[in-house]
Amino acid sequence: MSESLAYQLHVNGEARDVADAWVGESLLYVLRERLGLMGSKGACEQGECGSCSVLVDGSLVCSCLVLAASATGEAIVTIEGVAPPGAPSDVQPAFVDAGAVQCGFCTPGLIMAAHALLDQSPDPSEYEIREALSGNVCRCTGYGRIIDAVQRVAVGRRGTA
Amino acid sequence: MSSPVIEVPTRGTVVGGRLGDSATRPDGVEKVQGAFAFSGDLSADGFLWGATLRSPHPHARITGIDLSAAWKISGVEAIITADDVPGKATYGLISQDQPVFARDVVRYVGEPVAAVAADHPETCRRALAAIVVHYEVLPALIDPERAIDGSHPPIHPDGNVIRHQRIVCGDPTLTGDVVVEGDYELGMQDQAFLGLEAALAVPDPGGAGVELFIATQWLHEDRHQIAACLGLPDDAVRLTLGGVGGAFGAREDISLQVHTCLLALRTGRPVRIAYNREESFLGHVHRHPARIHMRHHATADGRIVTIEARFLLDGGAYASTSSAVLINAVTHTQGPYRCPNALVDGYAVRTNNLPCGAMRGFGVVQACFAHESQMDKLAAACGLDPVEVRLRNAMATGDRLITGQVIESVAPVERCIRETAELPLPDEPVGGHDDDPMRLPGGAGLTADRSHIRRGIGWGVAIKNLMYSEGFDDFSTARCRVADGVATIKFATSEVGQGFVTIAGQIARSVLGVDHVVLEPIDTSIGSAGSTSASRQTWMSGGAVDGACRLVREQLFGLVGAQHDIDPLRLAIDGTDVVDTMGDLRVAVAEVTAGRELDATFEHHHRPTEDLDENGQGNCHTAFAFVAHRAVVDVDPELGLVKVVQIATAQDVGRALNPLSVLGQIEGGIAQGVGLAVMEEIIQVDGRVRNPNFTDYLLPTMLDMPVVVATLVEEPEPMAPLGAKGVGEPPTISSTPAVVAAIRDAIGKDLVRVPVRPSDIVF
Repeated sequence: MSESLAYQLHVNGEARDVADAWVGESLLYVLRERLGLMGSKGACEQGECGSCSVLVDGSLVCSCLVLAASATGEAIVTIEGVAPPGAPSDVQPAFVDAGAVQCGFCTPGLIMAAHALLDQSPDPSEYEIREALSGNVCRCTGYGRIIDAVQRVAVGRRGTA
Repeated sequence: MSSPVIEVPTRGTVVGGRLGDSATRPDGVEKVQGAFAFSGDLSADGFLWGATLRSPHPHARITGIDLSAAWKISGVEAIITADDVPGKATYGLISQDQPVFARDVVRYVGEPVAAVAADHPETCRRALAAIVVHYEVLPALIDPERAIDGSHPPIHPDGNVIRHQRIVCGDPTLTGDVVVEGDYELGMQDQAFLGLEAALAVPDPGGAGVELFIATQWLHEDRHQIAACLGLPDDAVRLTLGGVGGAFGAREDISLQVHTCLLALRTGRPVRIAYNREESFLGHVHRHPARIHMRHHATADGRIVTIEARFLLDGGAYASTSSAVLINAVTHTQGPYRCPNALVDGYAVRTNNLPCGAMRGFGVVQACFAHESQMDKLAAACGLDPVEVRLRNAMATGDRLITGQVIESVAPVERCIRETAELPLPDEPVGGHDDDPMRLPGGAGLTADRSHIRRGIGWGVAIKNLMYSEGFDDFSTARCRVADGVATIKFATSEVGQGFVTIAGQIARSVLGVDHVVLEPIDTSIGSAGSTSASRQTWMSGGAVDGACRLVREQLFGLVGAQHDIDPLRLAIDGTDVVDTMGDLRVAVAEVTAGRELDATFEHHHRPTEDLDENGQGNCHTAFAFVAHRAVVDVDPELGLVKVVQIATAQDVGRALNPLSVLGQIEGGIAQGVGLAVMEEIIQVDGRVRNPNFTDYLLPTMLDMPVVVATLVEEPEPMAPLGAKGVGEPPTISSTPAVVAAIRDAIGKDLVRVPVRPSDIVF
């Protein structure tokens, strides 16, 4: 490709170099295909399904809608980094225990969205959970066990507050 | 604040676990970490990207293809068309009528015409845009009625009627005191699995074979079709299951498999193809749109005397499994009700619309919407309520289908209805306890007026066949090895998210008394497991794993018996030990199997089934499951907005091997049923797809999902190897008519089409 770029992204606390990239690559594409972080998924590439959700400077964002080369200088957190070593996520085991995972394709995006919700609103009502996660489509579970998982985390955090 | 009321006891999940436990998934940790490899996550050194060029026309002659401009683009390594298919030019599940690449004619918008391999997806896009295909547009056959009346010339050498089946049962001239009829229509639903089509093909050096990593529903059937098109023997094509991001029927047919292999063999390099969402909408089969006329004759007290019906399923451009979908539809005309007389005419036809095939429910969704709509009309005509009319006609074990087949399965229809009726109605008034406008139909749109909202209640009850029919022997294979107290299980069963990998371990632990189970990679190095469809894997692949484990257990007991001079028939598994049921011996399985390996492979077959004769008579189905749904909806009649508030259900499951997994299938299936009822439809105009994206193909979100209140009817099925019936399809079948019935109840108007659109409610 003639229009190639080199730049640096900050992902999961590390500086990562990107070289020989085509300018039109999305952040989702670069995370997956250039940085080897396959956890974020592409299911629509239109920002409709939330499978590609990452945190950019603390905000939940669809990485399929971000031009990778424009995300330099921002702190990007993916599913691979949402629970740093030594600080395991309580959201991840809750999803497994509650039966909130079937095929698992929507799961990384949902975990990111759940983290973002609970960071902002530690004790959400069921309606608040539904609204905050309404940007994440799941085709397998019918959402019931996912809501249960998020509620379990909220209850668990209450206990340790 | 309310939480979903769960009647299904699933609290207290366990890791590992035996039959009956709500065991957590063995791949769950990987999946929540983002470490689980879906087929689109797989790569290989030196790989190329592949992409597909598709027809923009529903029907056209190809008069020329010019590849020269595409070849000039730097980074393009291969371009292939129909001329480059070395083996069989066509493929297909029942008849091989579908070309790998179109030659001379394209028959639907999206039909593959060529494919490229290049160094970057963007190079691929530019190459596809540079390929010039000269088309001569032909008149498109769009209206399925014209496929039957002969007014449109054949659009395929196999003709425009894929299958016609009649059913004549008893004396269909008999009538009753009451007659109700209707013309019902279902739009085209899409499976919309999230894990987009993706494959990795790695060619053998010298090109004598290829390895394919693929997300699919049936490895061996794929392999057979792929090998034929590649002109290779089956065993030169090795398939490994890449992680599957949902299926729901859309992965039963070949989509990108042959293309990926062809490009790999042509370039001598690994090739990855990954569809985008728009391409996915065009690239796989969909649920058959249907037009169904039904007429029920009944006695004054609401008992069915005769049903007349006509089914017209639009199969689109290629046959796929339309033949089998039609048979499912027509043989389920009567629903879970006694019906002594019937006359049914069913057609599956070919048009230039998108090809249709398997989607969860497989023809029975269509029949159920019609028969449940009819049952409500019958209730109204007889002055009965919807529950009473269904109880009065409810089938039981020993009754017959209109095909003459006796229902030998456990058939607790009455129980499903009664137990659903006993589940509590939502205690929330319209708008919720806190009168929150966000809880009204339309939610955040804040357009509904609480004083206008009407609440309705509606019912749907279904029968669904399990496993394959009409003489098809869809067996499954599994291998069990035990060494040093560890069981290793091998199968080719496609795990698509439904949780077979979970119960496989539960079966092994229960039968063998081991805690540690290892699952080997899912690939074609063992015999076929059949398709992950037709609600069949728990029964068939569960039966295969159970059978293989039992054979190993026999070997185990034989060993212990010989070692301790005890008749092996006295031995049993207790915890992780082998015990003598008539003595004191207790020895750990791990100890008995230390330093040795026990090994067995088992094929599980279900009993044979028959073809249908020209009157649709024959024992064509294997077994059946039943379910009831009750829906509560709130409707704004002026705006046509619907909020599905609650769905209650009692489902006939035989035995819940993993209650948490069963609940997952129930809630997930209900979501798809709700979707078909109120929002999901692929809209085609003159063969062109108007909404191949998630903006305009509406999927239920967490805000759309109703509360689900579920209870399980567990009467163990004697024909099933573990007493358990399949559970995947029933939830999506009668939930749709229940929602529509609830909307009718709310607005006092008839509705005859799904999905119900706001305009259907308002005008």
